[in-house]
Order: sequence, then structure tokens, then C-alpha cells
Amino acid sequence: MSAVSPNEKFETSWDLAPAPESTDHVNLESHYDLFIDGEFRPSKSGNRFASVNPATEETIAEVTEADQADVNVAIKAARKAHDNVWSKMPGAERGKYIYRIARLMQEQARELAVIESMDGGKPIRESRDIDIPLAAAHFFYYAGWADKLNYAFPNRRPTSLGVAGQVIPWNFPLLMAAWKIAPALATGNTVVIKPAETTSLTALKLAEIFQQAELPPGVVNIVTGHGEVGAAIVNHSDVNKVAFTGSTDVGKIIQKSLAGSEKSLTLELGGKAANIVFEDATIDQAVEGIVNGIYFNQGHVCCAGSRLLVQESIHDELVRKLKHRMDSLIVGDPLDKNTDIGAINSSEQLNTIESYIQIGKDEGAQFYQPSCPVPEKGFWCRPSLFTDVAQSNRIGQEEIFGPVLAVQTFRTVAEAIQKANNTPYGLSAGVWTDKGSKIFNLTSQMRAGIVWANTYNKFDPTSPFGGYKESGFGREGGLHGLSAYLKV
Amino acid sequence: MPTTLPSHFPTVDQVGVVERAARFTTRSIKKVAKMQGLRMVLNMIDLTTLEGMDTAGKVKHLCYKARHLHDQVEGLPSVAAVCVYPNFVGLAKKEVSGSEIKVASVATAFPSGNSSLELKLDDVRMAVDQGADEIDMVISRGRFHAGDTQYVFDEIAAVKEACKTARLKVILETGELGTLDNVRKASDIAIAAGADFIKTSTGKIKPAATMPVTLVMLEAIRDHFFATGQMVGMKPAGGISKSKLALHYLIMVKETLGPAWLDNHWFRFGASSLANDVLMQIVKQKTGAYQSADYFSLD
Amino acid sequence: MAKKSKNETNSVRVPVNKTYKLYIGGAFPRTESGRFYSPEVDGVSLGSICLSSRKDLRNAIVAARSAQAGWASRTAYNRSQILYRIAEMLEGRSEQFVAELKSQGLNVARAKKEVASSIDRLIYYAGWCDKYQQIFSSVNPVASSHFNFSVLEPMGVVFVVASEDSPLLGLISAIAPIIASGNSVVALASESKPLSAITLAEVLHTSDLPGGVVNLLTGNAGELVEHAAKHLDLNAIAFDRDNAEQLELIARESAANVKRVRKLCLDWTDVESANPYLIHDYCEVKTTWHPIEKISASGSGY
Repeated sequence: MSAVSPNEKFETSWDLAPAPESTDHVNLESHYDLFIDGEFRPSKSGNRFASVNPATEETIAEVTEADQADVNVAIKAARKAHDNVWSKMPGAERGKYIYRIARLMQEQARELAVIESMDGGKPIRESRDIDIPLAAAHFFYYAGWADKLNYAFPNRRPTSLGVAGQVIPWNFPLLMAAWKIAPALATGNTVVIKPAETTSLTALKLAEIFQQAELPPGVVNIVTGHGEVGAAIVNHSDVNKVAFTGSTDVGKIIQKSLAGSEKSLTLELGGKAANIVFEDATIDQAVEGIVNGIYFNQGHVCCAGSRLLVQESIHDELVRKLKHRMDSLIVGDPLDKNTDIGAINSSEQLNTIESYIQIGKDEGAQFYQPSCPVPEKGFWCRPSLFTDVAQSNRIGQEEIFGPVLAVQTFRTVAEAIQKANNTPYGLSAGVWTDKGSKIFNLTSQMRAGIVWANTYNKFDPTSPFGGYKESGFGREGGLHGLSAYLKV
Repeated sequence: MPTTLPSHFPTVDQVGVVERAARFTTRSIKKVAKMQGLRMVLNMIDLTTLEGMDTAGKVKHLCYKARHLHDQVEGLPSVAAVCVYPNFVGLAKKEVSGSEIKVASVATAFPSGNSSLELKLDDVRMAVDQGADEIDMVISRGRFHAGDTQYVFDEIAAVKEACKTARLKVILETGELGTLDNVRKASDIAIAAGADFIKTSTGKIKPAATMPVTLVMLEAIRDHFFATGQMVGMKPAGGISKSKLALHYLIMVKETLGPAWLDNHWFRFGASSLANDVLMQIVKQKTGAYQSADYFSLD
Repeated sequence: MAKKSKNETNSVRVPVNKTYKLYIGGAFPRTESGRFYSPEVDGVSLGSICLSSRKDLRNAIVAARSAQAGWASRTAYNRSQILYRIAEMLEGRSEQFVAELKSQGLNVARAKKEVASSIDRLIYYAGWCDKYQQIFSSVNPVASSHFNFSVLEPMGVVFVVASEDSPLLGLISAIAPIIASGNSVVALASESKPLSAITLAEVLHTSDLPGGVVNLLTGNAGELVEHAAKHLDLNAIAFDRDNAEQLELIARESAANVKRVRKLCLDWTDVESANPYLIHDYCEVKTTWHPIEKISASGSGY
């Protein structure tokens, strides 16, 4: 007898079963105080607000709303720590603290990843494989600079600026904290930082790590709250350095408000990057790069490749492949290991994205979304594609900050360059061609701070990041990221 | 269907392919999906013996195993085929008769392919005459590297004709092609020349099947389908011995080609030790206990 | 002046006075506004100087913008030679510059020093044109299979409010590092001592420097800085005046397009005031990524 049934017919869809990351090892308090002078302290006012999981609309923890008085105390602590301890400490010793932080982050990586996904909505695949490892790597990289600063600036003996006031966005909560804090500490500055109001939790977990690392009190102070708290920090007279990542609109307000002060400023603002695909590109890898460029982190990425410029001769082929690839993307529970696109960070942001989708439709562009299922509760947006987009369409000009791609065509190299640079932004660009000399021409012609050739959305602590034009000024990462925090 | 040698071959960026392939491996396959996937893998295996020391006894045992994968578990699917040298086709055919298990035979001066076209066609005819359902040929890699792609194309077309109704799997021997660009080029040539399947490797050269190589071949199949509406099958062979890796291959097939290819008519694994690993996983899923190789027959 | 001989009394030579004009796009227009002012030194007028208007500023920015890409695409070697050529031309006209500086109130010693230092400074930055990139660029050892490098690129068009007190050295010290990397410049000369800037335009004009790379305006900073700061086609402003109010105005209005603002106010007679960090200050850092195929000699890896 034969125990086998030949040519079994399978249910062809072969849908993956849910594979949620466990939340067992996550330790979250019901509420978090401010982190000032090395300890968690309640605010003077006692005000709190809820941090909501955008995938479930449930409150995960309550976070403190700081006010001017709290900011004053935090900056005073930072000043004292700078003048008395941190700036006087030999670089090698500062470095050891920063190394400790990196190591502790690596140890607690899984917990941090889960909290990041719960609090911000990004897929666990990204928080686990990208955000948290990169954040730890950032501390590890800058730790090593602390005692080598004189080698970074020939003929100079750089010194710290003092107290750095930092305001960071909600799209990469812990990673942005690392981008800001690590270089500031390595260069002998102390920090008062405000995480975004929707994503404060991993920064507060980072505060616990600072305690475990025995970082001297006051070296990093974390004050939570809304925009007014950020304004209180950047406008405080005892802040020497302001670093902001966020929208161009807010960046301009900060630049204005700092006029007449001696504070040094770096801004990392918005973008509307062109991702240019030539007919001689490696098309399948370009499609992957396009997907990674715009659907990574729900498109909540300042350097997202939100404008696809495709050579007209391959437009149809490429769009067909792109749609096919979009169909395989899984939207849903950020904690599910198979999720490609998680929750939109807030209902407010979802409204913005949806209004842009309506604008695109009204402008006459062709709209495509796969029909994948999305959960009932929470804030969701399927990966979206507009073809037939003109340079003059708003969806081709304005930063949407969501998973919405605008596809335009071009015919010649010159036209591609012209269209790519025809924007007030200048953060990033992508170029896809298999021809070497064309790559070098295109990459040097792009008016943008980061150019990805035959790849997209790659990040590394050693690689400087920052924009041209209205995308801001100053660099974060690499040797070039040091100068933002030093008097050279 | 009259076909011609393509005049243009798409290029491939290796780093991008490796990244994409790695991403399939982050898919988590659990519970029902895992059990279903493991059964599919079993049913897609070409259970293979291609040794210089193959004997009638070895082939008989292999065929028995193909029909009785693990009798301790009821309701298992069988493998798709057994794969043997041409001189064992008749025997294998007899041993699997009454089942739907196919007999595949390597031919065309396997594994090097270095012989005259006439001898290779005779090799194929012999296997077909003895009842082979499928022929696994090798392409002429030397001619390919020498730039004589027309020869490679014509040879495949000639073998296809000699196969009559047998399905033709074209082995590219990707480990000898040197670049992914060449893998793509060889895939396109084979498909254009009439391949029913394209297959990575003989199993005699390292590296054999890898996910990046297979992905490039799947993309060639997908592009052919987009252009013509015709399906071509895929068979990675060699180096796939763990069920977890096999499931990642299936994810790659599903997301690159679509669920229509999740069927042993269109997708095969060329493997010998994979079957037992899948069986161990299936038993583990059923019993909850981790298994030992000692409890699974080796044939 | 030589004594006139008796038989020449009937033929007194009337000196030809110079008309001071602007330098825009390689041409020497008068201000479109038709307005002039007459700075005085010890009660003596320096002549009629163009009082530039916001339209002159706009025209100069247009000229600078259209010249910038071409200038940036010159080879570093070529820019280096052109800066060197400017120094050569300046050297040949040293006496004229010394005389002009004297007429603007500098004593002989300082005037000579100012001219000599200006020439030396140009040579200094001429030498940097093809070297600063090697100092400030980097290849970044990223943890993935990518080649990653950062280079400096010029910002674009820079507006310079040049030194009031150091009419030649200050102007050159501000402009030279800006154009060394391929930026173009619109510079507003010292209001009280504008002659050197205008004569410098003649030097620039004969130095192979493409028209529009440096544009020189004369006039009143208070009239122009706000318009410059609000101008959306300027990339940066360098301010070399001791005027906190104007600096704050510039800093505030520059937010319109996230302009880069640099405060200079250096002692330009100090040799250390010249350094490649000033070139860096008017550059953007561009980082480029490209995959590196991984196939080793053993053939493994794909």
C-alpha cells in the first residue's frame, strides 16, 4: 500500500499565518516622568498626555507634558553637567560612557524594537532590523570619536559648544535620538532633548539605559511634551546649540527665532526626492529600490523617494512590475513579523495623506492601490501609486510623508536632471542606470545631500546625512557630523 | 512555436538581488501556513541519485522511498519525481508504476555537457524511449562563455524536439556562469529555446542553487509570462537540504511569480536529503517533539 | 605734478576722471536707479558712486546664478589658475590700488600692506582650489556592501556684505574662498571706501574669470540686506560688518528659503584668518552610495 497522495492540490493563496512578536519581555510603566539631572522627576504642573498605539488606538502609557519651568530646570542641569563634569572629562572617558550606552542598547534591542513598533506603528521587521541596530551603532561609532577630535579638524583644537537643545520627529524616534545625542556627547556637549509627542517611549527607555550606564547626571535630559516644549528649549537663552529634525515649516520658524542669538543651528527638514530610473537600469532591482524608497516606514521618511522619474521608454514595463511588487506587500499589525507596511503614525497624519490622495485624484492622475486587507481599528494606508503625474501637480511637489508615490516620465538625461532639481527641497535623490559614467554625471548633478545610485534608503553611522536648500543645513553622521557640535 | 534568440538581455545588480533574497527569509511561516508549506515542499521534490556508483539496488530503494516517504504518518503527499541517469530510467519507471510519481532523467552528457550534439540527442532519445517523463539537460557553458549563444540556443531547441512529449528542464549550471547577468542571459536563452523548466545546477558544482540565483531565474520566468502569458517552471537544485530554507524558496516563488506556481507542475526542488528534514519538521509539528534523523529512513 | 613750462601755458591738460560703475555679469553698468552718492574723505569727495537699488541686486543675482554652474564645472586646476591670474593682474596694478586706498583715507604703509596682503591671499586660495576637496572629503566605511563617499560641492550663489574698513583685503578675503569651490558671488563693497572694489572689477574682468562669477555692487547695506535675505534664489549670505541689527534682520529673513548665514568679522590682516574652513563654509557635503558587487576570486558569493 502507498501512504502517499500524489499531486496534492494546495490551496493556492498560501496565506501566512499571523506571526506576532511577543510583548512578554516589554516593561512599560503606566506613566513616565521627565528625565532631568539623572533621575525621573514629575513635572511642576503634573500634566500628562496619552501615548497611543496607532495600530490599536489604545493608550500604552501616559507621558508628562513639560512646561517652561521644567525646561528651565533641565537646561540648568545640562549647563552644570557641561561646565563641571562632561566638557572637562578626558575624551577617552567620555567615550567609554557612550560605548556603554551602545552595548546596553544592543542587549535591550528586542524590547526597544517592540516598544518602537507599539508606540509609532512601524513594522517590527524595520524596528528590529534597522532602527534599533542603527541607533546602537550610532552610539558605538561616535563613542570612538570622543578622544580623537583633534584628528578630525586639521590645524584646529575643537571645543564643545555647551548645552545642545534638540527636537526630534516621530518617524524614527530612537534612531533620531541617537543621531542627535551620540555626536553631542562625543564632542563634550550636554543635551536637553524633546522627543515627538506621539513617540516618546523609546527615548524614555533610553533614559533608563543612561541610568544603567551611570552616565553623569544632567549630561542628557529628556523632556516630553508638545511643540511649546520644543520652542521653550530652542528659545532658551542658556542653550548654545540647536539641532532640529522635522518639517521645513517648523525649521523656518526656528531659524527665524534664533536670529540675533549666538546659538549655532543645524536643521534636517523635509524632502521630495526624485528617484530616477533610466531604460538601461537593472529594472527589477530598481523596482525594489522604488518600493524601499517610498514604502519604507509607511513613507514617513524625509528622504523618501516620493517622486519616481522613469524614462518614458520603460514606463509601462516598470509600472507593471511595480504594481506586481506592491501586490505582495503586507499591510497590518506592526508587531507581526511579516508586516511590510505598518500603521500610519497618527490619525492626523492619516488625514493629511488621505487629503493628498484626494488631491491627486482631483488633479487627474491615475491612482492604484493593491486590494490587500487592512485591520479595522487603527490608522492604515495601503501602498499607493499615482501615474500620469505632471511636474506641476501638487502631489509631485509637496511632501506627503506617507506611502504615496508620484510617477512622472522623462525622455533625456537633461530632462531628468532638470525635473529632479526643480524643487525647493534637496535632501536626497536616487539614480538607476547600469552605465558608470552616467551615474557619475547624475550623482554630481543632483542638488541633494544624499544620492543613492542603484540603491535607496541606506543609512549608516559613518555616512553623513543632511540636505541642500530648504531641506536644511548641517550634517549628521560620519566625520562631518562632528562639526555641528564643535567650535572649530 | 517558432522562437528566436533574444537580442537583448536585462542586466542585474547583484547587491540588490542579494538584499531582496534576504528579505524573503525574514518572512515568518507559522502554524497552518507552515504545515501547508512543508507538504508543498515534499510534493515538489525531485528525489535524486546521480552518482557514478549508482546501482539498480540504489535506484530501487530510492523509488520505494519516493512512494513511502514516512509510513508512520498517514496522508503524506509523495515527492514529484525521481531523478536518475538514463540507464536507470526503465528500472525507475517500473518501480514507480501505479503512482503518479514522474521519472526524470539527466541527459546530454551530464554533467559537463561536453560532447557532440548528436551524442547528446541520442542520450535524450534513449531516456525518452525508456519512458522518461522529464529530461534534465545541461547547457553548453563553454560555448556560452565563448559568446556562441546561438549554439546554446539551437542546442536547447534540438533537445526539446528530441524530448517529444517529455518535459524539458534546462540546467544552466549557474555555478559556472560567473555572474548573475549571465544567469539572466542563460535563463532567457533557455526559455526562448523552449524550456519547460529552467534549473539551476547539476549538483556537481559549487555554488549550486542559492536564493539570489533562483530569484534572477524567477524574474526571467515572470518577465516571459508578462510578455507571452506562458508559464515556465523553475527547479533549484543542490544545496537545499533544510526545510526552513525550502519554505523561504516557496515564499520567493509566491511573491515573485504568484501562487499559480505553487504546484509541482511548475516548481521543483532538486534534492536528496531535503525530504527527510521536511518529514522531521512535519512530525515535530504534529507531536511537538524535536526529532532525530535516526527515526527517518535514508534511501 | 610736473611744473608747466612757459610755452605750454596755452595747452593745460585736463585729467580724465573715472566714472565709477557697477560690475554685473561681466559688464559695467551704471545703477539702473540713476542714483549716486559721494563719499568723502577729509572733506574731499571720492566721486559719484552708484547707489545700488534692489533691482541692481536682483540683476546681479540673476547674472551670478547663470554663471554659477559653468564656473563650478570648470576643473579645479582651471579655477586655481584663474585665481592666480587675478593675483597677477592685481600685482601689475599695485600702485593704482595703493593710490586709491590712500585717497580713501589709508596711510601709505597700511595701503601698501593691504594691497600686498590681498595679492598674497589670492595666491593662497588659488592654491587651495584643487586641494580643499582632499582635506574635507571622505570615504565612509559603511557596514553594507556599498561604496560610500562624501565630497564638498559649492552652495550656489552667495551674497557678501563686505568689510567696511578693509576695502580691498576684506573684500578679497571674503570672496576668494567662496569662489574657490565654484560658487558665484554678489558682493556689496565698503560704502565709505568703494573705489577699490570698482577697480578690482577691472582686474577681475581681465583675469579670465567668467562674467557673472563675481558681481560687485556699491551702495548702502541697509537698503539691500533685507531684499537679499528674502531673495529665494540666493543660497547663502556672508556678513562682514559690525552691525548686529542688520545681521539679525538677515538671519531672520533668510529663513524664507533656509539660507545659510555666515558671520565673518575677522581681522583680515591676521594670516590665520585665511584658511580652508572658509571654503568649507560655503560648500554642501554630498554623500553618494553605490553597491559593490560581491564576487570573490573563488567565485563564491553569488
